[in-house]
Amino acid sequence: MQLTGAQALVRSLEQQGVDVVFGLPGGAILPAYDPIRSSSLRHVLVRHEQGAGHAAEGYAWATGRTGVCIATSGPGATNLVTALADAYMDSVPMVAITGQVPSAMIGSDAFQEADITGITLPITKHNELVTDPERIPGAIAEAFHIASTGRQGPVLVDVPKDILQATMTWGEWPPPLILPGYRVPAEPDLAQVRAAAALLQRSRRPVLYVGGGVIKADAHAELLRLAEMARTPVTTTLMARGAFPDTHPLALGMPGMHGCYTAVAALQEADLVVALGARFDDRVTGRLADFAPRAKVVHADIDPAEIGKNRIPDVPIVGDIRATMAALAESLSAAIAADGPPDTAAWLAATDDWKRRFPLRYTQESDGPLKPQHVVERLSALTGGDAVVVAGVGQHQMHAAQHFSFTKPRSWINSGGLGTMGFAVPAAMGAQVGRPGELVVAIDGDGCFQMTAQELATCAIEHLPIKVLIFNNGFLGMVRQWQELFYEERYSEVELGTAIPDYVKLAEAYGCLGLRCERADDVDAVLDKALATSDVPTVVDFRVHDREGVFPMVPAGRPNDEITLGPEFSAEEQREATRRELRSEAQPSKSREVLAR
Amino acid sequence: MSTHTLSVLVENKPGVLAHVAGLFSRRAFNISSLAVGTTEDERVSRMTIVVDGAETPIEQVITQLDKLVRVLKVVELHEGAAVERELVLIKVRIDPALRGELLEVAGVFHAKVVDMSPATIILEATSSPGKLDSLLANLERYGTCELVRTGRIAMSRGSRTITDRGLTVAPEPAAEAV
Repeated sequence: MQLTGAQALVRSLEQQGVDVVFGLPGGAILPAYDPIRSSSLRHVLVRHEQGAGHAAEGYAWATGRTGVCIATSGPGATNLVTALADAYMDSVPMVAITGQVPSAMIGSDAFQEADITGITLPITKHNELVTDPERIPGAIAEAFHIASTGRQGPVLVDVPKDILQATMTWGEWPPPLILPGYRVPAEPDLAQVRAAAALLQRSRRPVLYVGGGVIKADAHAELLRLAEMARTPVTTTLMARGAFPDTHPLALGMPGMHGCYTAVAALQEADLVVALGARFDDRVTGRLADFAPRAKVVHADIDPAEIGKNRIPDVPIVGDIRATMAALAESLSAAIAADGPPDTAAWLAATDDWKRRFPLRYTQESDGPLKPQHVVERLSALTGGDAVVVAGVGQHQMHAAQHFSFTKPRSWINSGGLGTMGFAVPAAMGAQVGRPGELVVAIDGDGCFQMTAQELATCAIEHLPIKVLIFNNGFLGMVRQWQELFYEERYSEVELGTAIPDYVKLAEAYGCLGLRCERADDVDAVLDKALATSDVPTVVDFRVHDREGVFPMVPAGRPNDEITLGPEFSAEEQREATRRELRSEAQPSKSREVLAR
Repeated sequence: MSTHTLSVLVENKPGVLAHVAGLFSRRAFNISSLAVGTTEDERVSRMTIVVDGAETPIEQVITQLDKLVRVLKVVELHEGAAVERELVLIKVRIDPALRGELLEVAGVFHAKVVDMSPATIILEATSSPGKLDSLLANLERYGTCELVRTGRIAMSRGSRTITDRGLTVAPEPAAEAV
């Protein structure tokens, strides 16, 4: 069958099982938009290509399927760059298709020409400039395979206009995948798994340090079984919120710079850290040389390059994390049958004691300024945790990650690694497309919101009733907090003001319901109204306290032992919290920083 | 300086060199030499990359390289267990009176004269990096006026080859076409 390259492209997407694409047409990609009209694909027309990228990410986070975005050459393609970098950092499966100027004009500085494969080389898992129309089905099939297997990530396929217009012969589907250099680690090494199980069986202070890989591998059931069998507390990183229910007695909450005290302290005091699909990110470890100094480390990940990148593990395990955890549970079960269950009672008593004494704490006075934490807690309570929560980057993101009680995987979406302001609205849009009929709530800052707010138009027109809760403190709040703490309150270029724009009017202008809430007593009623609105998107302007900080906090580059509980705790409590009560013989920490000295 | 020599087999496709070079710059790995050429199989190119070992954790370089989709195989060649060669061209401005002496030095290092003008000589030498350094040091007093040196290439000694354990390569373009 003879097809144009454009028809082959669209047909490949259909054959690949793609149901929705987010995009915006332009000159070079125009040929592809003709067959899209009559295809089975739902095309969501965004207002800015960055929105298409983040929407594809949100769709992928929410569904586990590969998100797809389309843009034209030049500025269309470069507008995808932030989203590609974001997807690369957070290992989000995504395929980006870009138009390119005609082959003969490549390199001539033609109108709307940009070397997008060159530009995105360091921020994609793979990319390809298609130079032959016969290659289109293979390039698309390989892109989806690479994006969705192994450590997931974004793949970009760049197609020149003449290749889209040329004729090709459509063969059979699926085309052969010709990827001799691409290997996906599969089964974990059983000897290493047994070594890890033996460590778990005899450790007295173990912690499961769970990262986003567990959610991507749909391994939450295996995690629950393993944690309960090992009687080991679990900390879920920013990327893994929801992998383990926050309501579970073994849950410690989030670790890291703004983690729960108990999670941070447990990692510092642990004699065994079992990292599952996590990467020892600097926001988790604090100063690397001082991270979990007494712990032996088991590091299980699908990406061999993560093993030993930051911390040298005692037991490395490369493989699918779900298979790894299942094998680990089997092996541990045998170890328990032989030598009895792990003796972690004293350790669990200690972590429970920390949870009681050093919880997340804030004060909401009924007639005082509205606290962002209060809004998150009310949202959590009113939804019963039954929502997909999407956040941007900053204070609101941390408050959401800390105070929402996550009970299910894929109920939390955010920009973790890259820290992309403006992520929330388009990502929520993508999540709503992927999970129609479910409650999708974006918690956003006023700074973040203004970066991508135009996608409200897309949401309204496409009948995507997302709820956007703007935590409007009139500041770039996290930057303000750092200037307060580290620059002696010399505030520089962080004040946005709360009045402009008028978010209620802006919402209405975009065909959304606009609400405002300034008092704690009104939060429930406003949230109820927002949650009950399903015909149009809703935007709520929560006027929150502009001096509220995010705590606990470990200053960047400092050891996690220097955790600050924040203004809600007394000096006495702060002293107690940083007193090392379980001090044991320190083992030399084997981090890259140490090795480099 | 402690260095590591890597032999990297890659698909012979456009953009592969950019992918590899891009990885080194993105990960802040230090390359001290890079040489690329074809192999016995035209679908495969071979890169020899010399990495500054003090600055760069070599396991990270290898695992990150291995992750690139167009990279087929990465092997570290250990000093002593591999033959390492570089090629150098040296233009020396030489007083005719000293020419005999210069040629004697060149002879010791098995350097060949490949061009001669009344005032200059171009020498060509192929050797291990250490011997070439030594040759250059000996030529210094005659006035080296231009120098070009290739990246290092290397091959393991003995009967083993880099593809002994098999190498999967994409079929010929001709076989692929419908």
